Amino acid sequence: MSDLMVKSEGVHKSFGRLEVLKGIDIEVKRGEVMCMLGPSGSGKSTFLRCINHLEEINAGRLYVDDELVGYREANGKLYELREDEVARKRAEIGMVFQHFNLFPHMTALENVTLAPIRVKGVPRSDARNRGQQLLQRVGLGDKLGTYPVALSGGQQQRVAIARALAMEPKLMLFDEPTSALDPELVGDVLDAMRQLARDGMTMIVVTHEMGFAREVADEVVFMDEGVVVESGPPAEVLASPRHERTRAFLSKVL
Amino acid sequence: MATSKLTEERPTGRPDEIKAVPVRHPGRWIAAAIVLVIAASIVRSIITGAGSKKVPNSGFQWHVVGQFLFDPRILHGVVATIYVTFLAMVIGILLGVVAAIMRLSPNPIVSGASWLYIWFFRGTPLLVQIIFWYNLQALFPTISLGIPFGPSFVHAHANAVITTLVAGLLALGLNEGAYMSEIVRAGIISVDEGQTHAAQSLGMSRLQIMRLIVLPQAMRVIIPPTGNETISMLKNTSLLSVISFGELLFGAQTIYDVNYKVIPLLIVASIWYLVMTSVLYVGQYFIERRYGRGFSRAERASMRARWLSLGGGSKQQ
Repeated sequence: MSDLMVKSEGVHKSFGRLEVLKGIDIEVKRGEVMCMLGPSGSGKSTFLRCINHLEEINAGRLYVDDELVGYREANGKLYELREDEVARKRAEIGMVFQHFNLFPHMTALENVTLAPIRVKGVPRSDARNRGQQLLQRVGLGDKLGTYPVALSGGQQQRVAIARALAMEPKLMLFDEPTSALDPELVGDVLDAMRQLARDGMTMIVVTHEMGFAREVADEVVFMDEGVVVESGPPAEVLASPRHERTRAFLSKVL
Repeated sequence: MATSKLTEERPTGRPDEIKAVPVRHPGRWIAAAIVLVIAASIVRSIITGAGSKKVPNSGFQWHVVGQFLFDPRILHGVVATIYVTFLAMVIGILLGVVAAIMRLSPNPIVSGASWLYIWFFRGTPLLVQIIFWYNLQALFPTISLGIPFGPSFVHAHANAVITTLVAGLLALGLNEGAYMSEIVRAGIISVDEGQTHAAQSLGMSRLQIMRLIVLPQAMRVIIPPTGNETISMLKNTSLLSVISFGELLFGAQTIYDVNYKVIPLLIVASIWYLVMTSVLYVGQYFIERRYGRGFSRAERASMRARWLSLGGGSKQQ
């Protein structure tokens, strides 16, 4: 077992004629937090969705925990994984979306307990106990029976984080988790993510929150037009970027 | 500079209530008067009966309505109408869900078959379909279940299998399935794609996502038109009278065929249809409220608002 959680080698992805990823090489170690920055349309979100096979890649190799994503390789040939095999692997990777995507017909607690009960077969009472703990941990212990419509954006996103954590993932993907939030609500979500990073969770975070990246990230990747322009520790990439593109982007964002 | 001072200087008490002379609406009074005059003349003719003493069986003949309102033949028809409506809707909804999911399948044969089914049953009149199913034995004298061009396992004479009930249920159910599938499909499409992505990322299977995430949310969109469909179905069962199935209208017909009291018996049937559709309206309200859970309160139509919107959107056969 290597110490790499995610390894991407020359990953390409096209939507029809439009090539969105043009050879991405990235490595994320266990327990590491990687922040991906870049203008919209640069392919960050698409890359994130490739990692749990919500999108299929067209070329290259993508590994999570030393296993190929979406395929099995034998005798120099690639075999597509069956739907249930893909689902089993997705269950080990948590994902948090820009627009939360909570299930509106379920309470906060039901949102959190659904997958453990239905996918993992955890007994209902155990799942409820664990769900309560998780919601308490993100500061929502008093909102167990509340429907998403009655929660603020920041509260919804924290429920979404708890929902992903309930599956005890080995890797968490965050797709612009604070971009749809009112500025005053961003802090609570970032706090929850900070705590998660401190607990040693491996995380890939697509974000525009430079402060968070500087403080929490072990590695920062700057992407533009489907390629990795620059990567390295936040102190280097954010403070003294080497590439003109990175500098131009950061000067606009900061 | 003066804003803070202004707030201090404003008197602390609440200002006087506005008392203004309202705008007059003479047009509303004229319209109301016209409507009341028309209504009064309708009421008068309903009570006194518009008929003439010299012409037998003319007018409303309310005593005849009262005499036959609870006639066993009518009550039998009411019961038959209820269970045919129920069974045909069950068939229609099941077929509709299956056809809708087939229609959304990536497999072109599967979605094509669903399209063909919807095209055929929506494109031909319900009355024609009813007569068609009733006369099925003319097309297929025997019915057998088996492998096409291969062995067959079950044999039967069409005349014995296709009773008026079976023909009626086949016609109403298959026709309804085509309409329901479009309603269900619209409901499924209305659910945000992010819901599926979130469920996928949690490792749920396609079937689980459909059953636990998509369909429950689609219900909100599916229920109101389904209520309208049920009300249409209840009325469309009267078409089965043409194949002599003993529903409510047929019950009324068997009576007026003998005593020629056509108008009073049609009123008897109409009273029962109105009673049944009214019950359905009330049921629809409560079911809609049940599936409105988790959505904003504004979207939950109040009973009052529903009553005000009665009569809209029901399907014509």
